[in-house]
Amino acid sequence: MKQRTDDALFEQYQIRVNRDKKIVLTWQVIILIGFFAVWEISSRLYWIDPLIFSSPTKVFNLITRKVIDGSILTHLQITIFETVLGFIIGTILGIAFASILWASPRLSRIFDPYLVILNAMPKVALGPIIIVALGPGYASIIAMGIIISVVITTIVIYSAFKEVNPNYIKVLQGFGATRRQYFREAVFPATLPAMISTLKVNVGLAWVGVIVGEFLVSKEGLGYLIVYGFQVFDFTLVMSSLILIAIVAALMYKVVEKIERWLIKHTG
Amino acid sequence: MAFLTLDHVSHHYFSEKSYTKALEDITFSVDEGEFVALLGPSGCGKSTILSIISGIISQTEGSVLLNKTPILKSTMAIGYMLQQDYLFPWKTIMDNVCMGPKIMGTKTVSTTQKAEDLLEEVGLTNISSTYPDALSGGMRQRVALVRTLMTDPKVLLLDEPFSALDYLTKLKLENLVSKLLKEYNKTALLVTHDIGEAISMSDRIIVMDANPGKIAKCFEVPIELRNEEPFWVRRHPKYHVLFEKVWNELNKDDTISSTQKEVESHNETKD
Repeated sequence: MKQRTDDALFEQYQIRVNRDKKIVLTWQVIILIGFFAVWEISSRLYWIDPLIFSSPTKVFNLITRKVIDGSILTHLQITIFETVLGFIIGTILGIAFASILWASPRLSRIFDPYLVILNAMPKVALGPIIIVALGPGYASIIAMGIIISVVITTIVIYSAFKEVNPNYIKVLQGFGATRRQYFREAVFPATLPAMISTLKVNVGLAWVGVIVGEFLVSKEGLGYLIVYGFQVFDFTLVMSSLILIAIVAALMYKVVEKIERWLIKHTG
Repeated sequence: MAFLTLDHVSHHYFSEKSYTKALEDITFSVDEGEFVALLGPSGCGKSTILSIISGIISQTEGSVLLNKTPILKSTMAIGYMLQQDYLFPWKTIMDNVCMGPKIMGTKTVSTTQKAEDLLEEVGLTNISSTYPDALSGGMRQRVALVRTLMTDPKVLLLDEPFSALDYLTKLKLENLVSKLLKEYNKTALLVTHDIGEAISMSDRIIVMDANPGKIAKCFEVPIELRNEEPFWVRRHPKYHVLFEKVWNELNKDDTISSTQKEVESHNETKD
């Protein structure tokens, strides 16, 4: 008898949870469909200028055509390649710089004002200089992706290193640990969660760097398509590129989230 | 023969604008196998003394000798037990316990066996592959004790190791620590502000004053109390006598001026 009421209560709970999930999902779908519907209708009825804002059907047709003839895939590939590389190198370099700063407190004091300047500076403003220095190609674009994420990663990770509970030093110093051992046994593992959470931030930053880089280099990639579409006044192309970027960026974010969860599980 | 000696040790904490004198002219020595308690109000520099002995900070004046060699050159392991256990949450109990040998590069096959034996001795079995979050406060503190004992430290520094525990766990752990230290003939220095804990665990009590931290008075714990378990010490008539004496020493600030107190403490240190 008792068992039965417990089960019934649990069932009720499950029903409530499921209903809640359904409501959320329904609204998400309504917003998505509503957005495209309003866009399409207002474009057809000339509430907005279809030449500038295009319409979902035109965008959809363009994307399918370009996917079938394969022309957009090269651009997509290049942009993804640049972003992933910029993201990975930026993150790793940031962690490496933070470790070097931690290793030498004096060095970190010396570099402190320069880090402030670098952090305050809008990194995309360095774009032209990077292109002149590295040439108008992948290297410059990837460098943009790196440079935009590396400074903030360094600062965030370094301050996480400094916030590790100093009592861990007492424990390890009792055993005669060196600063290097202290880093490996306590500081690094204690800040892994902070490092993992910078991954998500950095994937977004790498996109900014890469798209701006492609604007400036103007040869290939989704950023290039946006600038090109703008110059020849083909706003269907601009909108298509934007939608592709939104989809790929969201997918990449999800992948990073999966990696994050895996890392937490296997290092925690 | 004095095993650990502090000779006219003073310590200043410097900041950009000023400095504070945390310790002034601390002189005492501890024999091998002796258990000494440092008792005093907060801010009297008790923990600073432990940090100096462990070599985490160096004193600004005076000298500290461990077995006749200065602390910083000493290769002897010093065991440190803190108020919180500071077990590494990302390591298993076994890896936590074997931390010392790993750092010192003395980890061998027999280390694991030794760790198992010590864990069993403190009443912890079948937990070596779990993580610290799975254990209660008392269990974690026992793991921390084993971690400290793994390297066979000649001196144990106990920085209020029981103050974060509930009363029952605290009493049990006091008994356990006291028993283990006697068994292995360890020299220990306990920092506490619990008079009862100081009397029931130690052989000698050093009462300290604050601002700047200095030694106010020393009390020898009667021999009858030294060999009892901490729990039973608390029920001994002589315990209450000593408790009152220590209590009065700690509270004399309220009754007499501090100049008088200084004169008195200088005269009575030899008690």
